[in-house]
Amino acid sequence: MLDTTVALLVAAVLAGTPLLLGALGEILTERSGNLNLGVEGMMFMGAITGLIGSFFYEQAVIGAGLAPSGALSALIALLVSFLAGAFGALIYGFLTITLRANQNVTGLILTIFGTGFGNFFGEYFGLKAGGYIAVSKATKSAFAPINIPYLSDLPVVGKLFFSYNWMVYFAIALAIAMAWFFFKSRVGLNLRAVGEDPAAADAAGINVSRYRYFATVIGGGICGIGGMYMCMVTTSGVWVHGCVSGYGWLAVALVIFATWRPLRGMVLAVIFGGLMVMRMYISIPGLPAQIYEMVPYVITILVLVITSIRQSKEHAMPASCGLNYFREDR
Amino acid sequence: MESPAHTDRRAQEQDLTEDDPGNLAVSMEHVSKSFGKVLANKDVQLQLRQGEILALLGENGSGKTTLMNMLSGIYFPDYGDIHVHGRKVTIKSPKDAFDLGIGMIHQHFKLIPVLSAAENIVLGQPGGVVVSRRSLNADIRELATRYGFEIDPAKKVYDMSVSEKQTVEIVKVLYRGADILILDEPTAVLTPHETDKLFAVLRNMKEDGKSIVIITHKLHEVLAISDRVEILRKGEFIGVVETAQTDQSQLTEMMVGRPVSLRIDRPKLPRGEERLTVQGLTCLSSYGVKVVDDVGFSAYGGEILGIAGIAGSGQKELCEAIVGLYPATRGSVVYRGTKDGAIVREQLLGRRPKELTRKGVSMAFVPEDRLGMGLVASMDITDNVMLRSYRDNHSVFVDRKKPQTLAGHLIEDLEIVASGPEAIVGRLSGGNVQKVLLGREIARSPGVLIVAYPVRGLDINSSYKIYDLLNEQKRKGAAVIFVGEDLDVLMEISDRLMVLCGGRVSGTVDPQKATKEEVGLMMIQLAGSEAVAS
Repeated sequence: MLDTTVALLVAAVLAGTPLLLGALGEILTERSGNLNLGVEGMMFMGAITGLIGSFFYEQAVIGAGLAPSGALSALIALLVSFLAGAFGALIYGFLTITLRANQNVTGLILTIFGTGFGNFFGEYFGLKAGGYIAVSKATKSAFAPINIPYLSDLPVVGKLFFSYNWMVYFAIALAIAMAWFFFKSRVGLNLRAVGEDPAAADAAGINVSRYRYFATVIGGGICGIGGMYMCMVTTSGVWVHGCVSGYGWLAVALVIFATWRPLRGMVLAVIFGGLMVMRMYISIPGLPAQIYEMVPYVITILVLVITSIRQSKEHAMPASCGLNYFREDR
Repeated sequence: MESPAHTDRRAQEQDLTEDDPGNLAVSMEHVSKSFGKVLANKDVQLQLRQGEILALLGENGSGKTTLMNMLSGIYFPDYGDIHVHGRKVTIKSPKDAFDLGIGMIHQHFKLIPVLSAAENIVLGQPGGVVVSRRSLNADIRELATRYGFEIDPAKKVYDMSVSEKQTVEIVKVLYRGADILILDEPTAVLTPHETDKLFAVLRNMKEDGKSIVIITHKLHEVLAISDRVEILRKGEFIGVVETAQTDQSQLTEMMVGRPVSLRIDRPKLPRGEERLTVQGLTCLSSYGVKVVDDVGFSAYGGEILGIAGIAGSGQKELCEAIVGLYPATRGSVVYRGTKDGAIVREQLLGRRPKELTRKGVSMAFVPEDRLGMGLVASMDITDNVMLRSYRDNHSVFVDRKKPQTLAGHLIEDLEIVASGPEAIVGRLSGGNVQKVLLGREIARSPGVLIVAYPVRGLDINSSYKIYDLLNEQKRKGAAVIFVGEDLDVLMEISDRLMVLCGGRVSGTVDPQKATKEEVGLMMIQLAGSEAVAS
């Protein structure tokens, strides 16, 4: 029983991490007043580019007759996926911030674009590589669970806290850093003001466009990293067609559930992750697998209903989220 | 520097445009600004002297706010020069304005509700990576004691009263080290008592050497606080006068362009029969707070019942509960009237408007949100008029003739500036929108007419037209309920004045006998009890 619980929790953390990364990116974006529904698309873009980045690095090194470094390969995947997600967000930012296009439509288009981008290049490079793209052992081991002497060997605690790959710790550190940024730092305060009321922030001398661009682009980059996690950890370094599918939307739901707070997002991501892997650990006889697969989405709908009933000024969506800002609007 | 410049200024007192540049905090010359086809400012000038309070006076739409927005960096002038402290400057953004020591307190507060007072004040300010709450709070308290404010730095803005929010705005500007302050209609939302407090603060700031522009259209306030008055009309500069050498009628004439009688008519009529009886009416807000608390009153035909109170004292909910748009938890609202000679006596609460109309209840409501609740902005005048009457016509197709004729009559009778019945309501100016709405409602000769803030945002001409229309309804025997914010107007037009405070009736007075101060006091505290809002 204890073993199953621990195993479920560990699996929940692993499944929840890409959701957390996607949600963190979207929290940063929405806190600036941009409702970017392109999370799924940016995750796809990060997923394929991260994988290809590592793949090409390995090919180049192997081609030169050397052994690829796992750490360097992981770093390249991180950077490239960040840049790809950021690039997707930059398109979104240019359309909505500079050209003031409708945010919802632009976000949906980014999702469609990113999904196509990921699957197209996944297939294309797969064919060129002779069937499918997969990274070598060196990169795979860089995304394997860490092993800290003594700590990782502790019973229960070792499994629960010291048995994950580095990206899990990266996501947790990012959530904590983001919470500090929003609620303690000066720039974070200004950013929240931009998301709440850009006219007021503007009148206070804050450059609204610059804040929105930075938050949106960096947020998109973080979503991209979340996508990279999907194909490096979840599918173990192999491109699987449509691997992100659904995760980006769950991340958007998680943002609402977490009331735009990174630390809450951290806890809730584990719960969402748990719901997604539950069927492998808890089996109720006669219950079809499809019902299990539905659970995260059903919960999401319930969460959206509950959060829309609850009325709180503190835990609401940033007031200007979804609205473009133009100073001379009358 | 002081004395020679001072004598210099004296010498040129008469020729204000030739003021010594060194003694001027701000000088704007030949400034023009247009929005699309609308010319908001046309070759306007403004001189603000060091350490004075200048009132910028004009009707709505005269371009006062636009002019000041160009000084505070919200808008950029199409044409013209701005000098600050004698130096020519380009103000491209609010930040540029702050850097020049210019701070503006907007009419619609630019505060973030979910942040605290201190957080709003420090917003956008340079400084360390982390905001030090302790030193910030100390700075705010220091400013508060210097000028006589009351402020709680940790209080969230959404918990604040209007006057507290205004205080935060002013402190925000001072914290940024502004020595030129612009206040846009600062008293519009304040009670007389709060206005006095604000004026005391402004005088303290003036003593401290700050230069202040106060935008307003209230003449008595201009006379009470300012040193000089600049008048704008329809986007153009009309003139500057010394406050000490002018009076209300001269200012009005400059503002409107022709002499205007400032008296509001109050025809003396015998009180008619009781039309509306409200008893123990109680409404809850969505948070479960009593927004209307045990309110009871009667409205009589041939009478205007004024309802006064600070913003958010339950006026909106009271009106909406009477007409059935807001749920009441307790109480009764009884309508009395006649239909085809038969007596109508109906309980209104919990009934559907359609059913009541059929039974002969004839009530009209002009809500404060004209384009949101009253009219459909994207439809033309005919269609808006028809919204009220299309049910009378039982054919499959709508009959546009009658509403079109009525729309034509309204345009003519009420002097609505519109191209015709086909004019889209959303494109009309505020005054004309209000005339369409009020005209449509009174066209049905209601027994009870409820108007909420009917002259808000209207200029003097339109306002007086509206007062005339209301008095005409009174003469016709309707019971008129007038919810207003300008106490002077309410005192002049009402036959009786009911004062609300925190959702309760704090008293009903005869405005011919009560003083403004008494009513002001009733607005902030219930008779015989402690103050409930400061």
